[in-house]
Amino acid sequence: MSKGTIKKVAGPLVIAEGMRDANMFDVVRVSEQRLIGEIIEIHGDQASVQVYEETSGLGPGEPVESTGAPLSVELGPGLIGSIFDGIQRPLEEIMKATGNSLKRGVEIPALDHKKKWHFKPLKKAGDKVTGGDILGTVQETEIVLHKIMVPNGLMGKLRSIKEGDYTIEETVAVVDTPNGSSQNIALMQKWPVRVGRPYQQKLSPDMPLVTGQRVIDTLFPIAKGGVAAVPGPFGSGKTVVQHQLAKWAEADIVVYIGCGERGNEMTDVLNEFPELKDPKTGFSLMERTVLIANTSDMPVAAREASIYTGITIAEYFRDMGYSVALMADSTSRWAEALREMSGRLEEMPGEEGYPAYLGSRLAQFYERAGRVVTVGSENREGALSVIGAVSPPGGDISEPVSQATLRIVKVFWSLDSDLAYKRHFPAVNWLTSYSLYVDTMRNWFNDKVNPDWMNLRGRLMRLLQEEAELNEIVQLVGMDALSAPDRLKLEASRSIREDFLHQDAFHETDTYTPLPKQFTMMQLVLDYYDQAVEALDKGVSVDDLVKLPVRERIGRFKYIEEKDMQSEYQAILKALSKQIEELSQKEDF
Amino acid sequence: MPKEYRTIQEVAGPLMLVRGVEGVTYNELGEIELFSGEKRRCKVLEIDGGNALVQLFESSTGINLSNSKVRFLGRSMELGVSEDMLSRVFDGLGRPIDGGPEILPDKRMDINGLPMNPAARNYPQEFIQTGISAIDGLNTLVRGQKLPIFSASGLPHANLAAQIARQAKVRGTSEPFAVVFAAMGITFEESNFFIQSFKETGAIDRTVMFVNLANDPAVERIATPRMALTAAEYLAFEKNMHVLVILTDITNYADALREVSAARKEVPGRRGYPGYMYTDLASLYERAGRQKGKNGSITMIPILTMPEDDKTHPIPDLTGYITEGQIILSRELFRKGVTPPIDVLPSLSRLKDKGIGEGKTRADHANTMNQLFAAYARGKEAKELMTILGEAALTDIDKLYAKFADAFEQEYVSQGYDANRDIEETLAIGWKLLSILPRSELKRIKDVFLDQYYAN
Repeated sequence: MSKGTIKKVAGPLVIAEGMRDANMFDVVRVSEQRLIGEIIEIHGDQASVQVYEETSGLGPGEPVESTGAPLSVELGPGLIGSIFDGIQRPLEEIMKATGNSLKRGVEIPALDHKKKWHFKPLKKAGDKVTGGDILGTVQETEIVLHKIMVPNGLMGKLRSIKEGDYTIEETVAVVDTPNGSSQNIALMQKWPVRVGRPYQQKLSPDMPLVTGQRVIDTLFPIAKGGVAAVPGPFGSGKTVVQHQLAKWAEADIVVYIGCGERGNEMTDVLNEFPELKDPKTGFSLMERTVLIANTSDMPVAAREASIYTGITIAEYFRDMGYSVALMADSTSRWAEALREMSGRLEEMPGEEGYPAYLGSRLAQFYERAGRVVTVGSENREGALSVIGAVSPPGGDISEPVSQATLRIVKVFWSLDSDLAYKRHFPAVNWLTSYSLYVDTMRNWFNDKVNPDWMNLRGRLMRLLQEEAELNEIVQLVGMDALSAPDRLKLEASRSIREDFLHQDAFHETDTYTPLPKQFTMMQLVLDYYDQAVEALDKGVSVDDLVKLPVRERIGRFKYIEEKDMQSEYQAILKALSKQIEELSQKEDF
Repeated sequence: MPKEYRTIQEVAGPLMLVRGVEGVTYNELGEIELFSGEKRRCKVLEIDGGNALVQLFESSTGINLSNSKVRFLGRSMELGVSEDMLSRVFDGLGRPIDGGPEILPDKRMDINGLPMNPAARNYPQEFIQTGISAIDGLNTLVRGQKLPIFSASGLPHANLAAQIARQAKVRGTSEPFAVVFAAMGITFEESNFFIQSFKETGAIDRTVMFVNLANDPAVERIATPRMALTAAEYLAFEKNMHVLVILTDITNYADALREVSAARKEVPGRRGYPGYMYTDLASLYERAGRQKGKNGSITMIPILTMPEDDKTHPIPDLTGYITEGQIILSRELFRKGVTPPIDVLPSLSRLKDKGIGEGKTRADHANTMNQLFAAYARGKEAKELMTILGEAALTDIDKLYAKFADAFEQEYVSQGYDANRDIEETLAIGWKLLSILPRSELKRIKDVFLDQYYAN
């Protein structure tokens, strides 16, 4: 245990002397108030410490004590439904202890160490176990079965294991290791946040993470185990997209990291999620959610740690064999925290003052996502999908954080302020966004939803592309210069934009669209276009086709519930044919 | 008696280096005594062994290396607060300048405040009626929100802010309210405009003013908004008042921040502003809000002038990422004579969704709001096309949209600085304008509301 004294204090950076025995990335306790910090640089016997709490009032001569252990998180029952700060301190408990403001030097363990959980063994004494094997389960919430795993690296024969009620620290099983010693296993284990949890093998993604958001699922899907980035200027709806994914993504566990963002957004999640029902299980969404909050007024150094804390918790659930989705809002604030520490360390800056290692740090973070075969003898499969928001200054993605992110991610949902101003939400620009998973997901969509899925998707994309080209012509020479088929094309793409892509996150039905309904909606807008093209050939005027009364019903189809979907679809088709029929007859006379 | 040091080593801009100090801590408040006996305040920015780097809050004129003394006071900067602050005027560092007596403080509070635990926040959702259609109808303000006004030189942001301060109310309540006004580097005339406006309505009795004018020291501005917010927190969370905080002008504050950063020779971020400006601005803006178990609230309207009318300039950009929306003023509308010249399309209130609807405003509010936005956006596009190609190039329906856009600007947005419209009036004007368009175009409105309100 290394003990030193403070030499220098500059914002969140403290330099301590007499720290020769400390290790890099050890957690240290700074001053009498025992503020938590982490060693990020060592020169001789001087250690640079980033302090995760406000450093006002610290001065030279105060003690600094190394704990000899790296920054770790507690993993065990009690994670779900909690809200933690960037270094996994429970914010609800802190509120009970110290009131509405965050004071310094509060020491409260991350998980409740007194609560008893009912443990049901799946193995019995005498079984051979190895790290990652599931010893038993704890029903943590109504939908989350928390699997208690043998800690990584441990191997041997179970001497004892017993069903019963335990706190997370009590021994539930004892393992005899081959070298003759024995080891106690409790419900809780610890893991250092900066080290990715191991897995046996990484697999390539093969199925989509269904989100119920039409522009995402249909046009730019993300795979289970994939990584996506959502960049956009302020006001373009990044946070709403992230919230929508946290609400509706088809994942077993959701980890939501509010990294340097608004306090009220976290409050919103805390208020709203318990009220919302998961469409699949019917239980409250909070029962599968872990929240990490480092709001923009909370200490900046803990912001740097928050995304590691979050992804370590996510990996732990992945190891149980779950599909986990992690949202980080926003990685730009994390990068800025990195820049601030780098500046205080007087490192040579790279682009725009960001440290030269920005790109590699980002890559290390995103690479912790993926679909994997977990450790252990059971060859479970788990997936961790990561969706990172990026907040580029002025919405200009030529800046370093966006560029470093784009080099890594496979899905890019580009948010557009022009769309946002028109209140076209989600404001995902269909021309600049992309998903590299479209081809690998092709078979899944065609097999699981409809064989025609990819075909219709391709037609939508083509129409939207053609619309952009036609719009350029219209800007130059006016609508009159277009041929009737081209005008119809514009109308069809308008219908795609307004009736399909536009989705109201605050409408009870429209907020989540199951895949079959997405398919029917695609069919509907294309049905109109196909029949209209046919009628046009027969001499019906394009103005009449544009004004077709049934189009209002097509526009409202998104508000139809799934159970009434087929009947309404058939009814609209009938009305469509009838109205087009009438128009053609009118032409005949 | 704290130790006195006569070891000032360097004075450069707003920074000063003091050698050989003992027991000095980070962020500690210091006091410089000039030979004449005049005292000035400063704070510790960095402490390295016996060297303290301090930042002055006042001018450095007259500081002398041989006979000026520095004392460190063992605490950070504080403000003595009391309810008697209402109706008083203070300078940027919290000293009375209205000729009245000193405040007898009820308690002393650290001006830096403490971060609010996100678990202890109460989500803002009480509708504030400002009487301005472009805000109430489309970018609704709620209690506890921070909603900045993005303006530019020469635009009437002061009129708009004064109008909000004058008219804002939560309907059906008569809870105690207060206004806290912080002026940072604005001109005497502008500050006087606010004072007059508060006087005319009698609001001055419930107003606390902190005034740092353009000719006051720039570094003082770094403390001014923190003084104001400390007073606001006291009134809101200890005295249960609903406090409206107006901070003007954030651009001057950010420039003062840049001045200190440049003097420290820090690696600059965009346009020379420090890399930590986001965090620094957030430490101001995030002090708005509501807390569990407390009746009061802090609603914040920061005003900033966008350099070169550029929304992507770091000051508006970083502000927009922290605040819960923005009201943007447009020079083009101002030239057209639209008052207030609110450009509704890029304006936004992020908290509106929970503040509107049945029981708060009216059930059809959300639907009509979205429809008005969409229709105005399309109308503006049509008008752009019209200026290039002439009216003949438009389809019939686009002509209606163009007509709608004009009427919208004239009737909905342009209401003058004296009109105080209640929400029903705002919604009625919205429906009247929507009736320009055929019903089949109003896809974002539910049938029930169309049946009830659409007249054509």
